[in-house]
Amino acid sequence: MSFVTVTDVWQRYGDRSIIERVNLDVAEGEFVSIVGASGCGKSTFLRLLLADETPSRGEIRIDGGEPAREPGRERGVVFQRYSVFPHMTVRDNIVAAESFPSGLGRFFGARLRAARDRADKTLDRIGLAHVAKNYPATLSGGMQQRLAIGQALTARPRILLLDEPFGALDPGTRIAMHDFLTELRAETRMTVFMVTHDLSEGFKLGDRVLVFDKTRWDPHMPEAFGATVTYDFDARDGGVPFQHILDNYPRLAAH
Amino acid sequence: MRLINRRPARPAAVLLAAVPFVAVLIAYWIGSEVRLAANPADKLLPAPETIAATARQIFTEGDRRSGDILLWTDTLSSLRRLGLGVGIAAASATVLGTLIGMLPYARRTLSDFVAVVSMVPPLALLPILFIVFGLGETSKVVLIVVGITPFITRDLSQRVLDIPHEEIVKAQTLGASTAVIALRVVLPKILPRLLQSVRLSLGAAWLFLIAAEAVAADSGLGYRIFLVRRYLAMDIILTYVIWITLLAFLIDWALKATSRAAFPWLEAGL
Repeated sequence: MSFVTVTDVWQRYGDRSIIERVNLDVAEGEFVSIVGASGCGKSTFLRLLLADETPSRGEIRIDGGEPAREPGRERGVVFQRYSVFPHMTVRDNIVAAESFPSGLGRFFGARLRAARDRADKTLDRIGLAHVAKNYPATLSGGMQQRLAIGQALTARPRILLLDEPFGALDPGTRIAMHDFLTELRAETRMTVFMVTHDLSEGFKLGDRVLVFDKTRWDPHMPEAFGATVTYDFDARDGGVPFQHILDNYPRLAAH
Repeated sequence: MRLINRRPARPAAVLLAAVPFVAVLIAYWIGSEVRLAANPADKLLPAPETIAATARQIFTEGDRRSGDILLWTDTLSSLRRLGLGVGIAAASATVLGTLIGMLPYARRTLSDFVAVVSMVPPLALLPILFIVFGLGETSKVVLIVVGITPFITRDLSQRVLDIPHEEIVKAQTLGASTAVIALRVVLPKILPRLLQSVRLSLGAAWLFLIAAEAVAADSGLGYRIFLVRRYLAMDIILTYVIWITLLAFLIDWALKATSRAAFPWLEAGL
């Protein structure tokens, strides 16, 4: 059953084609890694999923809904940088995820206290309770990204988009963040799209790995054609496909 | 060692900072000595002792006619004009700058207009302001507002545009409306810049204030300076100039302290 449906999506800026003919069906709860060379359009594709840009052609639907024209609460996002609000404390960043849809974007009185209690629980779970009153700038890169993920998940989005979320972290922190993300995912069964430069990261975390590349190439006009999904790997079971084919199709078993 | 890498240590640093002040004082003192030696009745460069005596008199003794201490009434009316002008300018520039920075429609409509208006020399408008608003308080306040609002507006709108797109997108994915983004993300982030901007435009604000008071007023620091100019009362003028400088410095320092206390997140990373 397809949860996110991408139908014949093209993105073009003037004469420059970035993405062409992307078709994709993603089931609910799947973790999709998107890899590819620099400038192959994978970040553009993420912005299209985010509805920060509208495709020149085609459409993207979540759960059969109308194609979105601007980012909204359905889609959570974590960028490589600038993903949390530097002028709010760590706890207020989490509270903001609840209070932003309200009229003034701010809670008062009992509602604020309740939201703060919930935020403290969230911070406990993501291991940031001890810095609840600090400003994000005092946190390490890994902690900031943990906060960003916690904040995005507090809004309970239908899909979570990660744009090279661990690109700026050192290798040790990166591995800790992988465990953190795997744990959170086991709890929430969230549908995730992650753009990454790191192939092994993509295979480690993803159920599917999509590779973006250009299939058509005009040497006189390199920007004439855009990239599309050239490979769609099954990354479950350590990247070895068809490990569960007998469970899914018992009739195939030899008698 | 290269010059760019040589740094003064603590006592030398303080001393160096004091050098230009002392140099100016000494130069004035020598000039005054020389002139007074040639002509004891010289009024152009009164001796430092004369200025000190005049200052004591100005700060403490009331006017012979009204009994008010003129310096304080002048200071009060000048600061009221300055405060009103800068306050109105800061408020309207915040609204305009936020609109221009956030809304593409407002940007298209207003940004070129503000850019052109900021090129109009405000002092050239002074006669118009006097004609339209009369010689009272309004024209002086309006001159300050007209003079510094475009500058602060342009600065703030640019600052809004400089906010990383990621943060605006993030706020949208958390469900924030345009108003909430303005209130919770944009405004808190540009308020420190507003204080900076106000600090930078205070010099211009004082200029416009003194100019307006010089042309037409019945009290105010600028008015007094230009009044006593007729009697070549350099000792009074110099006292007033030093007083104005001190006021400007204190306001600047207060704004800086406010910024530091009000926006702790700015320095959180340092």
